[in-house]
Amino acid sequence: MDSESLLLSLELASGSGQGLSPDRRASLLTSLLLVKRDYRYERVLFWGRILGLVADYYIAQGLGEDQLGERKSLLNCMEWSLLPPATEEMLTQTSVVKGRFMGDPSHEYEHIEMQRMTEGDRTYEDEVVIQIKEESRLVSVIDQIDKAVAIIPRGALFKTPFGPVHINRTFEGLTLADSKKLSSYFHFAEPVELKNKSLLEKADLDPSLDFMDSLEHDIPKVILTSLRYLPGYTHRDDPSGGCQHLSFIQRPSQQGITASHHSKAKQEGQSNRAGAKRARSRPRPFLSTYLTPPPQPAY
Amino acid sequence: MDRGGGGGIRGGESRVRSFAIKRPVRSSRGCVLLSEALVREGAAQRWAELATGLAAGVGRLGGVALLAIPRRLVPPSSLGQFPPVGPSGLSHNRRAAPEDAPLRCPASQPEVAQGSVRPRGPSVARLPDPTSRAHGLVTVALGDRTLSAPGIGSFATFGNSCPGLTMEDDQPQDEKKSQSRRQSLEAREAQDRRRTQSQTPSGTGPADVSARGSRGSLGAPGSQGSPGLPLSQKSSGAPGSQVSLGAAGEEAAEGEPTESASQLESESLHHLMGFVSTHVSLPETYAPTDGSRFGPYQPMDVGSDTFQPEPVLSNSSFLEEDDGSHGPYTVDDPLFRGSRVEPSFGPLDYELPEPEPRELMIQNAKAYLLKTSVKCDLSLYEHLVNLLTKILNERPEDPLAILESMNRTVQQDWFHKKLDTLRDDPEMQPTYEMAEKQKILFLRGAGEGEQEMEEEITEIPVPNIIESAFYFEQAGVGLNSDETFRIFLSLKQLVEQQPVQTCRFWGKILGLQRNYLVAEVEFREGEEEEEEEEAEELVEGAGDGMQGFGEEEGEEDEEKAVDEPPKPTWKPPPVIPREDSRTGANKYLYFVCNEPGRPWTKLPHVTPAQIVNARKIKKFFTGNLDTPIVSYPPFPGTEANYLRAQIARISAGTHVSPLGFYQFGEEEDDEEEEGGAGRDSYEENPDFEGIPVAELVDSLANWVHHTQHILPQGRCTWVNPNQKSEEEEELGEEEEKADDPEEVEQEIGPPLLTPLSEDAEILQLAPWTARLSCALCPQYSVAVIRSNLWPGAYAYAVGRKFENIYIGWGHKYSQENFNPTLPPAVQTEYVIGPETVEMADPTVEEEQALKAAQEQALAAAENEEEDEEDEEDEDADD
Repeated sequence: MDSESLLLSLELASGSGQGLSPDRRASLLTSLLLVKRDYRYERVLFWGRILGLVADYYIAQGLGEDQLGERKSLLNCMEWSLLPPATEEMLTQTSVVKGRFMGDPSHEYEHIEMQRMTEGDRTYEDEVVIQIKEESRLVSVIDQIDKAVAIIPRGALFKTPFGPVHINRTFEGLTLADSKKLSSYFHFAEPVELKNKSLLEKADLDPSLDFMDSLEHDIPKVILTSLRYLPGYTHRDDPSGGCQHLSFIQRPSQQGITASHHSKAKQEGQSNRAGAKRARSRPRPFLSTYLTPPPQPAY
Repeated sequence: MDRGGGGGIRGGESRVRSFAIKRPVRSSRGCVLLSEALVREGAAQRWAELATGLAAGVGRLGGVALLAIPRRLVPPSSLGQFPPVGPSGLSHNRRAAPEDAPLRCPASQPEVAQGSVRPRGPSVARLPDPTSRAHGLVTVALGDRTLSAPGIGSFATFGNSCPGLTMEDDQPQDEKKSQSRRQSLEAREAQDRRRTQSQTPSGTGPADVSARGSRGSLGAPGSQGSPGLPLSQKSSGAPGSQVSLGAAGEEAAEGEPTESASQLESESLHHLMGFVSTHVSLPETYAPTDGSRFGPYQPMDVGSDTFQPEPVLSNSSFLEEDDGSHGPYTVDDPLFRGSRVEPSFGPLDYELPEPEPRELMIQNAKAYLLKTSVKCDLSLYEHLVNLLTKILNERPEDPLAILESMNRTVQQDWFHKKLDTLRDDPEMQPTYEMAEKQKILFLRGAGEGEQEMEEEITEIPVPNIIESAFYFEQAGVGLNSDETFRIFLSLKQLVEQQPVQTCRFWGKILGLQRNYLVAEVEFREGEEEEEEEEAEELVEGAGDGMQGFGEEEGEEDEEKAVDEPPKPTWKPPPVIPREDSRTGANKYLYFVCNEPGRPWTKLPHVTPAQIVNARKIKKFFTGNLDTPIVSYPPFPGTEANYLRAQIARISAGTHVSPLGFYQFGEEEDDEEEEGGAGRDSYEENPDFEGIPVAELVDSLANWVHHTQHILPQGRCTWVNPNQKSEEEEELGEEEEKADDPEEVEQEIGPPLLTPLSEDAEILQLAPWTARLSCALCPQYSVAVIRSNLWPGAYAYAVGRKFENIYIGWGHKYSQENFNPTLPPAVQTEYVIGPETVEMADPTVEEEQALKAAQEQALAAAENEEEDEEDEEDEDADD
């Protein structure tokens, strides 16, 4: 959620039982402002919180001119520190780690891996202990969550002919009919599937709006629940800041409040970790969405 | 007919053009009323005629579009095939009148056009008697449609003005002809008289019209060579004709000069218009309010100006073109052919010998028209009706010119929802419904609050969840304040409705579609038992029924016992009895609702089997209590039972309180001896002072479970599952004991009020995390403890206050991925061995070898016997 409208976003997201304590809220409001100044970000998003056994991580992201451009993650509440970008190697390496986060970035997980060693003629198996820092695990998990479940409504961002993506200031939220369609939501990440689509499939797309992957073709199907159905929440369009786009995301991510399976494929590599909370906002009145994981397959 | 986008219309245009080339210019225009029979010969062709000729009066009666189109444009062939209209469509068959006439207008009120709705088939319009004939009344009704007043009015007057309508069929041709002509002349004279008598509404009234009509008719003789015959005369001999008013028919071209066409036409038009103008008093709707309008006849008037048919080369070409190209009845029909060649009457003289085939033809034509299109559920018939209704209602200046666009708009109307009210349908958003329901909560609080305040302010057992929500907010959990308040009101509603002694907000379980708010209540003494007993009776009754049924079956089986399938030796494991209410996992009752304001639903008590199975599965809640739980191992019950089982598990695992808040009662030693699993009740310690927050955070030993642990069996107190069965079946006791491989070991769980520090660590995962709510001001913060096994379970404690809450998905945390238990391996049906396996047939060689061996053996045996005998002999000899 946008740091400028943090409080409203938190209010809307609190139906899941997650929130920030007053002192956290106050400190975030203060410190994110400084982050924006120091790192020269256009926008600072409060990404969310990852619960740890010992301590919790508070994560923010900074965006530059291009909304889809590089996102830099920052860590922890008052004194923010920059996280390294996630790499493929990191993702594969940290996928073996199970269990909960500890809350200490320098904590090292020990992972014992059987490796086949060849020395001359004989082959033997040897146990190799791999040290994995929690920091890299945190980075990869944030990246995975971003790619999997960060969504925005269609029309909230638009692409200019020159490339950069801007916020659509005329966007006023989705209509009731549109808000029920999965095709009205995009993954807030660089498109992957879009490039593989045929010309025929792309024929109906508006290049300035449909430049991201739609949720429609996600496997398994996501279930979208609008916040307007939740108690206490309605779709709001207020003139000043407007309603937030706010996606609360449950996913087999880090330890936290709720256990959930977002995707079966993800489960295989990861432990069933509890959902991480995350909320985002846009300055324009967006429809509040509530993203919940799909039902588990019947056993 | 093509209805998707006006293809038919386009076809019509081309058709029109072809007419235009072939037909001579005739400015004089008669009108032909096309009843249903208009389209009898094929919709497309008729549609073309309709499109071009729709310049005159149009009526819609009884669901039939009555088209008045220039006589010219109706091919004689089709006219010739119109006999149905004569007797059935327009009234002049007196003989048939009593039976056929669906309506009869009294002469006293002829101007009220009657549209009789007949259930099926074409109905008959008729003029009941000469007097009414003079007034003119034509009604054509077709059954399934009510009449639109304008159509009726216009048409009725139209018919009135047509003297030719009054015809008699019964007379011989010549006589009929002359008579009808006479009648028509009379009628005309009468109309003339009337016209002259009546004051025209304005100067541009009938005079103008008649002028135009005569003007137009002037051109006709010249172009055609032979004057057209006014319909009034021709129709006299043609019972089947559409009543064509002042139309110069094709018969004229066939060389039947009777009167000066121009004169007649002008006259007939004259009459017609004059009559109309004088008939303003007929239907109120058609009273011309200004002189420039002529009510129903204006369209025709306009049309005569704009419509200029092109000359046609010959009638025969037209006939040829039409021949064979039309619907079910072609002109080759011998019935019509003979009469067509009759020179003196032309097509209008065709007469069908009997009315039945005509009826049939009409019905066929209508049936054809009523066929719904392939692409939508509308028929051409309905579309034409709609179109004509629209034209008549709107009365555009130049309907012919804009016919195409009007047709298009009518087609567009297919796709728009018809709103018969002036208001739009309000959009019903679910939020509105919810607000409506929640409004009651607030109203009730306002209405009854004062009384309760006076009566008993302290006795309402509604928990102060707003206060606890404040503390949870310090911890960074919990719902926001307005939702909390709504829940509070909702709980208050629950307490008022149920005999609740204690009530607590247990938490919220998130679901895929809706969430559950869970209230944990305890009924007052005695209240619950009654309900329980009733429920148990029901259950037992059902069980008895089942047992009885089983016994009966058994008896029957014994009778039939001849071919009995083998009974399985498997016996279901003994059912572990449910814990009584107010004990163990069923200590509290739970009510759930989806949203504040919705009704609370009581969850059933949990059974041990449900708890055991709930541990093995993992399902998301949907928000609907009736959802079946499809899982393996199968879960006994619906989502309500699963929810209840999860609530029991979560409560047992996560309900904690500061050490010392609760204490055991003193008089419970007996129970300890009995149960062996520890005492199961406690009471509040009045002397509890509260534990400092820092100590609560530092040591988990300062927190204790105050809910009983649920044993693997699914109960809090252990029962021996075999005990009951042994008691019941004394005979089989010893056998069973022998069968049981081992005695069931008693399960023992941790006793009540066990400190959290003794909770087991699972895979190095600390089960609890305790924090201070605010590190910056520890002296005023609260102690928050968070369950790591049940994500979403929190508790806070400050001073004497503490509260537990669960907000989550109802899933237990597991470090490993969830793996559903695999189904057991398929059991072997029987022992595989030589008895059950089919042997391969021996080959010939084997058989032969066997035979040889047997023979050999036989031979050897014989030899031996012989030897033995020999030996014996020898022995004997010896």
